[in-house]
Amino acid sequence: MRSLILASATRVLLPLLWLFSVFILLRGHNEPGGGFIGGLVAASGVALYALAFGPAAARRVLPADPRTLIAIGLVLALGSALISTLGGGTFMTGMWSSFAIPVIGKVGTPFLFDIGVYVVVVGIAVALVLTMAED
Amino acid sequence: MNLLILPVLIPLAASIITLFARRSIALQRSVHVVSSLASLAVSVLLLGRVWSGGIQVLEVGSWPAPFGITFVADLLSALMVSVTAVVSVAVAVTSLGSIDAAREKFGYHGFILVMLAGVNGAFLTGDLFNLYVWFEVLLMASFVLMTLGNERGQLEGGMKYVTLNLMSSALFLAGVGLLYAATGSLNMAELASLVGRPEHSAIVPVVAMMFLVAFGIKAAIFPLFFWLPASYHTPPPVIAALFAGLLTKVGVYALLRVFTLLFHQEAWLTHTTIVVIAGLTMLTGVLGAAAQTDIRRILSFHIISQIGYMILGLGLFSPLAVAGSVFYIVHHIIVKTNLFLVGGVVERLHGTGSLKSLGGLYRSSPLLAGLFLIPALSLAGVPPLSGFWSKFILIKAGLDLEAMLVTGVALLVSLLTLFSMTKIWAEAFWKPLPEGAPVRRSLTTWERWTLLGPIAGLALITIAIGLGAEPVFAAASRAAEQLLDPQGYIQAVLGGRP
Repeated sequence: MRSLILASATRVLLPLLWLFSVFILLRGHNEPGGGFIGGLVAASGVALYALAFGPAAARRVLPADPRTLIAIGLVLALGSALISTLGGGTFMTGMWSSFAIPVIGKVGTPFLFDIGVYVVVVGIAVALVLTMAED
Repeated sequence: MNLLILPVLIPLAASIITLFARRSIALQRSVHVVSSLASLAVSVLLLGRVWSGGIQVLEVGSWPAPFGITFVADLLSALMVSVTAVVSVAVAVTSLGSIDAAREKFGYHGFILVMLAGVNGAFLTGDLFNLYVWFEVLLMASFVLMTLGNERGQLEGGMKYVTLNLMSSALFLAGVGLLYAATGSLNMAELASLVGRPEHSAIVPVVAMMFLVAFGIKAAIFPLFFWLPASYHTPPPVIAALFAGLLTKVGVYALLRVFTLLFHQEAWLTHTTIVVIAGLTMLTGVLGAAAQTDIRRILSFHIISQIGYMILGLGLFSPLAVAGSVFYIVHHIIVKTNLFLVGGVVERLHGTGSLKSLGGLYRSSPLLAGLFLIPALSLAGVPPLSGFWSKFILIKAGLDLEAMLVTGVALLVSLLTLFSMTKIWAEAFWKPLPEGAPVRRSLTTWERWTLLGPIAGLALITIAIGLGAEPVFAAASRAAEQLLDPQGYIQAVLGGRP
């Protein structure tokens, strides 16, 4: 069953949800939010899309296969933890850029770690939803 | 880079590579084998460093203890990580010849690697909550491995396994919460110096008992063991071998850690309880085994009775007894994994592990028969194999402390273990193949190397530990010294800080 109202609303909501999820991701450094919850919000957008247009269309919306997203996210998180060891520091030590990026501020390895979490959560949540939707 | 993080990092990174290599089973297999070998090399280096340089500490993220998460390797941790690495190499090689294509396609190698990362993390962490996290990591991976393949028996066994382990985790977490609420710390070294204070004297024994039950479920002690024989014979033998060798021992390790570092103030209560439980665990395990007629079920019950020996040493709580526990764990992980691997080959040859429809293996596979005898006799404690020494140390410790009853039980259980092993020998290897039994198939050359090679390797290690017991005993007694002197651990982690 395809609902016109749901389909039209989803077209507007999906970009908004994704934008909001990025906002939550960035906000998470010092305030409630972060990669985990941001990833869930982004995945909920994909779940909505799957409800409106079917799981196959939802797969096309994603930039990559959900399982590849999980792997990419893990690499980002692990990489952020390893960056400090390249300079002889301890595993997972936070490193920060010396310059500030407008709006975001100084970026560092904890931010990269959070992006990794975000991507893993999107990958896992979407994989779960789509597997169940396709069954 | 600090060596301490590598035993966790290598399997974790390798599992990520297997995620990327979803389409190439060959690549996944080589990543699995190569990373296991790399872990082995790193663990041996770490063991050497702890041996010569004392307790090693890593403050993750440069957050100083007790605020950040600390990784600590004392001799016990380093020994555990090393033995884990030995077993994981054997399992990696065996997987090459025995795991079916469907399981490999669904990420078997990746899950094994995640589980190994979790096991090593649990051995190395010096933070109580972090220990919980590593437990969850290894349990999640083991849940998947237990049910991977969706066979009927697997799902049934998996159900019991998951339920019991989740209960244990909840109890553990609640205990950690209570301890944190009372003391305000999760760092084990800081906790060790805090729990002795009089204001915590009410809550600490409660938490100690919660931990005893929580880790007891994971270690399969009496009366919380029933999930183990209900589930360990259901997954493919190589997965069961890894579980049998490692997972219950993580529970035993956690018991050893918390009951030497944190809860030793009221040893008359806690450690006497442990001795009683140890005796009952040994007895029920071995009696349960006597009633079974399936190779892997017999071996599963023997895990339980052997866990009894390991915690017996902890309960007796003398330097010699704790050294005996450490020696026993090292010996047991290798021998038990090996026996499950032999059981796997028997099932592969005959399509069943039931003793009723087995027979004639001594004649048809003399090599396998010889390879079975070594770990089997070692498990029963026949000199000069590794099992003899581990039992000898524990029984000597028991006699020194004049704990006659439990020492007698240990001797009796040893005899009954020999009975069980001779039962498998007589039924599967010696008696002629019964009429109407399924036809025996033979191993291909590839299977011969990948299945029998690791078994032979582990058997050689068993013999080596038996003949060269002196250095292993020296390592075990130094590990015991470190365990019984928490000040060294506290000093290493917190340095001059209070």
